[in-house]
Amino acid sequence: MTVLLSAQNISRSFGGLKALNICNLEVHQGSVTGLIGPNGSGKTTLFNVMTGYVRPDVGTVTFEDDDITGFEPDKVFARGIGRTFQLTRIFARMTVLENMLVATQHDEGWLRSMTRSKSSVADVENAMEWLDFVGIARLASLQAGALSYGQRKLLELAYVLVADPDVILLDEPAGGVNLTLINQISEKIRTLNAQGKTFLIVEHNMEFVMGLCDAVTVMHQGSNLISGTPSEVRSNPLVLDAYLGGGDDEEVDEVING
Amino acid sequence: MLQKKNLWWIAAVAALALFPVVEKNPTYMAIGFFTLVYMACATSWNMFSGYSGYISLGSAVFYGTGAYTMSLISIHANMAPGAAMFWIVPLAGLAAMVIALPFGWIALRVRRHTFVVITIAVFFIFQLGASNFSFTGGTSGLALPYITWGASYYFVPFYFVALGLVIVVTIISAALRRSRFGLQMLAIRDDEDRALGLGVKVTSVKIVGFTLSAFTVGMCGALYAMEQGQIYPQFVFTPVFDVSIALMTFLGGLGTLTGPLLGALILESSQQWLTISFSNGSLYLILFGALFLLVILFMPQGIVVYVRQRLSRKADLASASDADTGTSDVALSGGAR
Repeated sequence: MTVLLSAQNISRSFGGLKALNICNLEVHQGSVTGLIGPNGSGKTTLFNVMTGYVRPDVGTVTFEDDDITGFEPDKVFARGIGRTFQLTRIFARMTVLENMLVATQHDEGWLRSMTRSKSSVADVENAMEWLDFVGIARLASLQAGALSYGQRKLLELAYVLVADPDVILLDEPAGGVNLTLINQISEKIRTLNAQGKTFLIVEHNMEFVMGLCDAVTVMHQGSNLISGTPSEVRSNPLVLDAYLGGGDDEEVDEVING
Repeated sequence: MLQKKNLWWIAAVAALALFPVVEKNPTYMAIGFFTLVYMACATSWNMFSGYSGYISLGSAVFYGTGAYTMSLISIHANMAPGAAMFWIVPLAGLAAMVIALPFGWIALRVRRHTFVVITIAVFFIFQLGASNFSFTGGTSGLALPYITWGASYYFVPFYFVALGLVIVVTIISAALRRSRFGLQMLAIRDDEDRALGLGVKVTSVKIVGFTLSAFTVGMCGALYAMEQGQIYPQFVFTPVFDVSIALMTFLGGLGTLTGPLLGALILESSQQWLTISFSNGSLYLILFGALFLLVILFMPQGIVVYVRQRLSRKADLASASDADTGTSDVALSGGAR
């Protein structure tokens, strides 16, 4: 399998805190890669570096063999890398459909965008298809601020999808939502993955990660600890140490196996 | 529905166009002229600050730039006083845009509250500059070619040019709202970082929006200078202008199309009328204070949004129960579908 997206030797400090310390990550084409690790291990910072929100102090981010280190977030998105946020971020005072239309990519200048209707037939059709896919099409004309937390998660997924990115970075897609919705989200990810979309997922819900991912990378104190298949990672003693600092086995077993 | 809406717009334009035919008193014509100028400026301000959420208190920079452009060109080109000077008005708009480009490029690097402070700072730089440079005439200002139209006719050309500006800027504002560009500005208002991560070129959208909104304000400044015949730095670069157009927009409804028009219509006409009727330049401040307290207490989103919500409340109540069950349905049983 070819590497679609990778981070090489990334370091990034905030003041005296080394959020990332020589961190490496590879996401293979067509895979669902999981990124796990204790709180504060640098998962979200790595996401921010890979999507242009944070510049790394050193290291490179590569996408399809192109160096995209230091690209602005809009360019990263235009390049085909979509992401969601840990705490969902939607445009609360716009309708659900308008939220979708913001993400529709046209790659045009400002003059052209001034003369084009925001709701062209093709764009609306495309947006409605994706809303239907995640199951919130009937809420299209509602103010996005009125959506529940779970629906916001779905909307966030939908408007990342509307631009048809090659790889999608999900920051805790199962965080704070109920079990049925978690299952629904994981089913959507499987469907999209079968259609060829690549995923990189940060998640604390082990059941979700282990059930969904082909490959898992564990992060610890700003660098990648180990990478492997879910079962390899599950049985690696280093992972247990990372999570609990070498606690007793029973507790460790509880965390890793849910 | 759309037809009915268009009829309202046509009726409003017709009423404004007929005003000078019915009203011959130059005092009231002056009130009409200033009201139109502020309607255009508030709409223009709303086109950027209302849509993008970047509250600027530096629009007087463009108003003053327009006024000085009109004065300097008409003086140095030795123009004959008269209608030909109207041709400078669009040039003044362009001059304001030229100023807005670097102004926006600097100020729009920061967000929200810091942006407001930077716009105020830039405004004071311009006010100080106009009061101290020799080419602007310093504190004694500039005298334009003196127009000698009769008192009964004097305001008629100004009134119609201002009405034209109101119509043009309203059309631009409406078109912007329906365009992808306008949608991107609204996205920036709601969550700029998220918009950036969805491919919106936020920097260029902000700078272009800011520059565009300077155009009409500059033209209005030029009209003001031409009408007055004499400008002073403290009257064209005035913080009262910045605060006025912002308050007018807040009163009518920030981010709406009709809000700034309505807000300016109410505030500017009543201010002018109060000042003239009671020959007291500060009386309006007391009434404005009371009015704003009422608005903030009872309709914080402005008149237009308040009225719209009241009108559609019945419809909302009817569909609210449907929507409620609909939302919880998706959230709870989404996985089963």
